[in-house]
Amino acid sequence: MSTQITETPLAVEALETLEAPALNSLDILESEAIHIIREVVAEFERPALLFSGGKDSVLMLHLATKAFWPGKVPFPVLHVDTGHNFPEVIEFRDRTVERLGLRLEVGSVQHFIDSGELAERADGTRNPLQTVPLLDAIARNRFDAVFGGGRRDEDKARAKERILSLRDEFGQWDPRNQRPELWNLYNGRHTVGQHVRAFPISNWTELDVWRYIARENIELPGLYYAHEREVFERDGMWRAVGEVSKPRPTEEVVLKQVRYRTVGDMSCTGAVASDATTVHDVVREVAASTLTERGATRADDRISEAAMEDRKKDGYF
Amino acid sequence: MSTITEAPLAQSTLFRFATAGSVDDGKSTLVGRLLHDSKAILADTLDAVTRTSADRGFGGENGSTQKIDLALLTDGLRAEREQGITIDVAYRYFATDRRSFILADCPGHVQYTKNTVTGASTADAVVVLIDARKGVLEQTRRHLSVLRLLRVPNVLVAVNKIDLVDFREDIFRAIETDLHKVAAEIGLSDVVVVPVSALEGDNVVEPSTHTPWYTGPSLLDILETLPSTDELERGLEPFRFPVQLVVRPQGALAPELADADDAGSSFRDYRAYAGQVASGSVSVGDDITVLPSGRTATVAGIDFAGRSLDRAVAPQSVSLRLSEEIDIARGDVIAQTGTFGEVRQDLYAELCWLSTKPLREGSKVLIKHGSKTVQGLIRAVTGKLDLESFAYEAASGLELNDIGTAQIRLASALPVETYALHRRTGAFLVIDPQDGNTLAAGLVRDHPGDHEDERYSI
Repeated sequence: MSTQITETPLAVEALETLEAPALNSLDILESEAIHIIREVVAEFERPALLFSGGKDSVLMLHLATKAFWPGKVPFPVLHVDTGHNFPEVIEFRDRTVERLGLRLEVGSVQHFIDSGELAERADGTRNPLQTVPLLDAIARNRFDAVFGGGRRDEDKARAKERILSLRDEFGQWDPRNQRPELWNLYNGRHTVGQHVRAFPISNWTELDVWRYIARENIELPGLYYAHEREVFERDGMWRAVGEVSKPRPTEEVVLKQVRYRTVGDMSCTGAVASDATTVHDVVREVAASTLTERGATRADDRISEAAMEDRKKDGYF
Repeated sequence: MSTITEAPLAQSTLFRFATAGSVDDGKSTLVGRLLHDSKAILADTLDAVTRTSADRGFGGENGSTQKIDLALLTDGLRAEREQGITIDVAYRYFATDRRSFILADCPGHVQYTKNTVTGASTADAVVVLIDARKGVLEQTRRHLSVLRLLRVPNVLVAVNKIDLVDFREDIFRAIETDLHKVAAEIGLSDVVVVPVSALEGDNVVEPSTHTPWYTGPSLLDILETLPSTDELERGLEPFRFPVQLVVRPQGALAPELADADDAGSSFRDYRAYAGQVASGSVSVGDDITVLPSGRTATVAGIDFAGRSLDRAVAPQSVSLRLSEEIDIARGDVIAQTGTFGEVRQDLYAELCWLSTKPLREGSKVLIKHGSKTVQGLIRAVTGKLDLESFAYEAASGLELNDIGTAQIRLASALPVETYALHRRTGAFLVIDPQDGNTLAAGLVRDHPGDHEDERYSI
């Protein structure tokens, strides 16, 4: 015998609430990022997305394709090429841009060095040299909003940056003069010469990024996964042997199973010893990791504690 | 941390909270303790902090149990250290097996109103700190008043430095009684009070053996189990959906769709309205009304990146297809039919003034509400809130960190609602038309009285 249940409107509503699809943290972060991407596209004349082929920018592009489905991504991508990139990452970049039918703008550090507008640094690192070509490309293309894949968990300067970050006519960030960001109402108003950097994945952590890449089955350049490579040890990191990254006589070259956690300038990006060959291995590895992402693999952030703060003020990403 | 696997992570929810406290309440230490004990501080950061702590005399032979200066974990930018200032809100991240946390770390001193308003606007909970030796201060009252005004769903008070009063229950109980009295005066219900020592870790992550008289959960346990704002209000608030964009690709289809011949033609007439569900939920077949036009239609489909959904809830970003081709543009709000009153061209609102440029009657401003920005005229400032007494006094303008009420005339009508009942559609920004800066956080009120929100005080 079944019990008689009267469906009062209140009971129905309570039931519906219970049955509401449970949104997990990735669903909420994804919806927040898509909301921000759509806001920027709606309110700015000429947005562009910084795209290096690195995992955060690949993730950003994936979110953009979801935001405008079934339409195509309605803005070009911009890459500041240090000339020291891993060839497989450049190949991946070009393939992705073609697959999505996007326009690629490239700002070339090499071009600025060749013309004498930038000088090669004594340590050979080109990451800090990206600022000038970046600002040049923004001015040349009259971009008024530039999407970046920066996350607040990366660094304490980023921890204080807004999701929409206003830059002056010199591309500078003024941490003391930021607009309060309230609710989900973003104020992107700017005057001529100013532009806005937009960071839709500000609230994601490295682990969130990897979990999302696994969940969405997003393709990344192969060097994010464990592979055999000729490397040598410098400053406690494994460096790849390549054109711009040569071992000193005292540094022994070994064949090692490694992967990269960030893919920047070959001359300053280190690999970590790893046997994580699949995205699920990487998620487990990142979850258990005891080193922050930048500390483990970016030599330029080790130079000084305030390295990122200085670069950001000068107009860096 | 080492026990983390993917299975529980897939179920983990997101929870945003903010901290508020006066100077020297130990807020930096508490935040450092939460990050440290939840193992969010990774080895290289901890190494750097341990070195600096040793330089400053921590971890010596003087019997100090504390090896590191926890406050260093939240140390700010070099610009801040050099100038002895704190630059507003810093965001920090940590996770447990059950939840991912976003912590808005708001500095306590100067500009506390600006920072508390900013942090509280997105917070599912706010943790207010009190020094057990000092008890409830004027600033505590002010903090609680701001939280009441912004309707933060969960307010926690951490009575810190309980070790410095020898873990005495009578002191804690006296503070707890004071707090409940203040909360009742202000109209805050359900304030949770926890005795903690951020320095020693008592009741922060693990329950303390030093406070046997406190049987409640630790601070982190509470944060892990409180409902988020959306979870709490999803079933209470009606469906609201500010339209961000009209998705109408026509020729500009995503290449993989354009290449598939059949699909390409089926998307030729695709038209949907993209946005984020601001409150409530929507299902296919629901009757909707477009605001401010008042036109009606039925929801024909809910799309999310190639997937069709039966239902969407706040805060999902989706696209809605409608049964009728009606004129809808960015800035319009799609609402559940029969749940909305009237669009308004005259606003009565609470303004939290966040700019050094003062508010004067007769100022022309921009009002950003949902996805729409319109011009506005400040017709009158009608009062200023005394945060200690929670009463209004006469005023004709507002300065930085003031909270007051004003009448605003809009250039065109907006579908605003009372903040007390509709958090998203009751909130707006006041923007300076000259330099584009954000001047104030606005909360729509009913004129002249206000609905008391008693939904949580059952």
